[in-house]
Amino acid sequence: MEFNLKIWRQKNAKAKGHFETYHISGIEEDASFLEMLDILNEQLIREGSDPVAVERGCKSSGPVSFDHDCREGICGACSLYIDGRAHGPDDHVTTCQLFMRHFKDGATITVEPFRSAAFPVIKDLVVDRRAFDKILQAGGFISVRTGSAQDANVMLIPHDKAEESMDAAACVGCGACVATCKNGSAMLFVAARVSSLALLPQGRPEAKKRAEAMVAKMDELGFGNCTNTRACELECPKGITVEHIARLNREFLKAHFSN
Amino acid sequence: MADKLISKIPDGPLAEKWTKRKSEIHLVSPNNRRKLEVIVVGTGLGGASAAATLGELGYNVKVFCISDSPRRAHSIAAQGGINAAKNYQNDNDSVYRLFYDTIKGGDYRSREANVYRLAEVSASIIDQCVAQGVPFAREYGGYLANRSFGGVQVSRTFYARGQTGQQLLLGAYAALNRQIAAGTVKSYPRYEMLDLVLVNGHAKGIIARNLVTGQLERFGAHAVIIATGGYGNTYFLSTNAMNSNGSAAMQCYRKGAFFANPCFAQIHPTCIPVHGDQQCKLTLMSESLRNDGRIWVPKKLEDVEKLRKHEIKPSQIPEEDRDYYLERRYPAFGNLVPRDVASRAAKERCDAGYGVNETGKAVFLDFSEAIQRLGHQRVAERYGNLFDMYEKITASSPWKEPMMIYPAIHYTMGGIWVDYDLQTTIPGLYAIGEANFSDHGGNRLGASALMQGLADGYFVVPVTISDYLSNKFAEPKTDVNSKEFIEAEKAVQARIDRLFSIKGTETVDSIHKRLGNIMWEYVGMARDEAGLKKAIEEIKALKEEFYKSVNVPGSQFEFNQELEKALRLEDFFDIGVLMARDALNREESCGGHFRIESQTEDGEAKRDDKKFMYVAAWEYQGEDKEPKLHKEPLNYEFIEVKTRNYKD
Repeated sequence: MEFNLKIWRQKNAKAKGHFETYHISGIEEDASFLEMLDILNEQLIREGSDPVAVERGCKSSGPVSFDHDCREGICGACSLYIDGRAHGPDDHVTTCQLFMRHFKDGATITVEPFRSAAFPVIKDLVVDRRAFDKILQAGGFISVRTGSAQDANVMLIPHDKAEESMDAAACVGCGACVATCKNGSAMLFVAARVSSLALLPQGRPEAKKRAEAMVAKMDELGFGNCTNTRACELECPKGITVEHIARLNREFLKAHFSN
Repeated sequence: MADKLISKIPDGPLAEKWTKRKSEIHLVSPNNRRKLEVIVVGTGLGGASAAATLGELGYNVKVFCISDSPRRAHSIAAQGGINAAKNYQNDNDSVYRLFYDTIKGGDYRSREANVYRLAEVSASIIDQCVAQGVPFAREYGGYLANRSFGGVQVSRTFYARGQTGQQLLLGAYAALNRQIAAGTVKSYPRYEMLDLVLVNGHAKGIIARNLVTGQLERFGAHAVIIATGGYGNTYFLSTNAMNSNGSAAMQCYRKGAFFANPCFAQIHPTCIPVHGDQQCKLTLMSESLRNDGRIWVPKKLEDVEKLRKHEIKPSQIPEEDRDYYLERRYPAFGNLVPRDVASRAAKERCDAGYGVNETGKAVFLDFSEAIQRLGHQRVAERYGNLFDMYEKITASSPWKEPMMIYPAIHYTMGGIWVDYDLQTTIPGLYAIGEANFSDHGGNRLGASALMQGLADGYFVVPVTISDYLSNKFAEPKTDVNSKEFIEAEKAVQARIDRLFSIKGTETVDSIHKRLGNIMWEYVGMARDEAGLKKAIEEIKALKEEFYKSVNVPGSQFEFNQELEKALRLEDFFDIGVLMARDALNREESCGGHFRIESQTEDGEAKRDDKKFMYVAAWEYQGEDKEPKLHKEPLNYEFIEVKTRNYKD
């Protein structure tokens, strides 16, 4: 297969970015999107080191930087905005699990970083998502000291509750919800954590405080408000639904009225 | 130097050793802990849990990771589960049995005392994780559910769908976040350790590169904990994450920490086969699938031919023409034999010509019987997300046709040598989790990596490190402007400058791929003397070529992933040579290490306990010099050493 890749290039956080277009061919259908970018980078590095190519006017900005790690759809590191969709055209996958058979041979593919005021670009397609860590530091935990837990079977948790908690806990923290939301809201991310813990008896004592602290931190860090467009749940690679936002709102209101 | 290899195993009965050691350990009072600084490198299960627990105790912790967030560490990708001796299933499980299974699974090449402690603290890990809000699978009555894993005859594996590693890591990461918020832990994401700094022979800090700005920075502490995982990516293609690397371990090795059993690498039997040469990463399919999936190849070569030509579908091959070779060869354990045994059996069938895909390197993992027996819904609950993942990658549905699988490099049992306290041969330097060598011997059992990472991080190193720190609180803070730090930084700078000065034409990945081919060919599933010697020569030659022909584009002072990879590849060359050297020395077959010269008549691994019942700990002697071998004898006081038997 062959493609024209229109890729966002930006030297660093302060530099102005622009699109550059590259042609790539000889891609196997079973190659993943990131493997295709690996191959592009090999090509760009070779061109950059080839004096003949440089003389021919091949202006290489060097290889394209992009975040990636596990390539199994679980670490949440990869983060591309492909043809106007977070993680590209396939549903319920992260970019690393997107395969080239989902594209038309010869297509032009536009690749951008996740764009949000709270996620500044570091370089090319790499963004800074430390804001997510900060939100979780504000309260996304259960305050239990190592060694002070009682036997795991003392507190029973109904099967369905555990499953529902797990649905929310599947969040990989990639930021697709933020990149997709027209307001740049992190509500789905916050809701996933709040909901996952609120559904478990161990998470109840701090549930209200947690919701309040995490929402306050989200606002402080420059994420936008939720206006219920539900775009986030469509693009979530893990299929996390806005039902969890409803649960977050309930916890938040409870906290609000009890204050 | 042999005196350095003191394992510090406490005397007394096995079940009392840990209690005894804990009672001897010197404590640091809470007001003095504040004065002590600890560096933790890596934020997987080991690093995150250790940093969180040390922070909770009141130490000043600095934690480093190469990713943009601690939550991305590769522990997150562990699928199947975590073992613990809870005996919730009433199937006669016990601490002793978990200990015994782990020693046996490791082919009698791990320390009794360490493994017993691991089994002993395993139950507390589950308690801790549940209290943190880890949503483990539950039965309908609300009690915790379990499943079985390879190499055991009980159900002791706790799981959260096929995302157990993710959930446990999110638990540890949450504990870490709580401490970061409390101010006891400072987090340094996108920082990569590039050297260990010793002052008067003690570990006192690290040199790290800020991966965003490219600046080298010096960090001092009273002790350093390495939790940077394994070195499986030496093979280029593995199930490890792309950025997983063995560099921190090699930096410690070059500074004097012994490296133990490097040749023990685990080849996981159930990975998605290689699809072409554009691939850079292999995907694991959880071992838990072997609970219900049955592994087979056709009995008839003509069926194999037809499969390869896509003339028939696997489901069309009748039952009597299928060779369920694990059930045939190992009736007692069947499809649940340990990983090394299952991998070799797959290779044996494929080498004999029965591989079921075009490359001849794949076998079937079939769920049709399980779907019939359990129904669609129950199979979906257990493996739904794994089936989806398989289908996303291969465009073939395991509901309709069997999965195709083949072994791939997955985990490294070898690592930095540590004593019972998890301290390396460098005072003040500790190694935990996959980065050390201590618990899995020649082969790790499934669902035990998560157990070890969390055991070391939550329950072992926070206790043992106080023995070392107990007399350090009066010492002044480590001066990062001392000559030791300045020299270490200069050496790192010289390494980086050298890489940029080469200006060759080859990419880092293209050379890494060639290293991987050498490793897989000669230091892979079957090894022999001639091949290992060849590997050493070829890797050395490739390393020389690297220093002539690599092209590292860009500059140091920017976000530069090619530079990161080049620095890691330098270390992978040295690890590759060390692995081959260790494999050459170990003239026996044992766990994941199979020497062609040492096998029984029916092709099973043949151990040589008389000559090789020891830990091989290698001491660095200088660039391009042969390292010195130290032997830590393994004394089995409490169990009888036997030939592993999974047949009856």
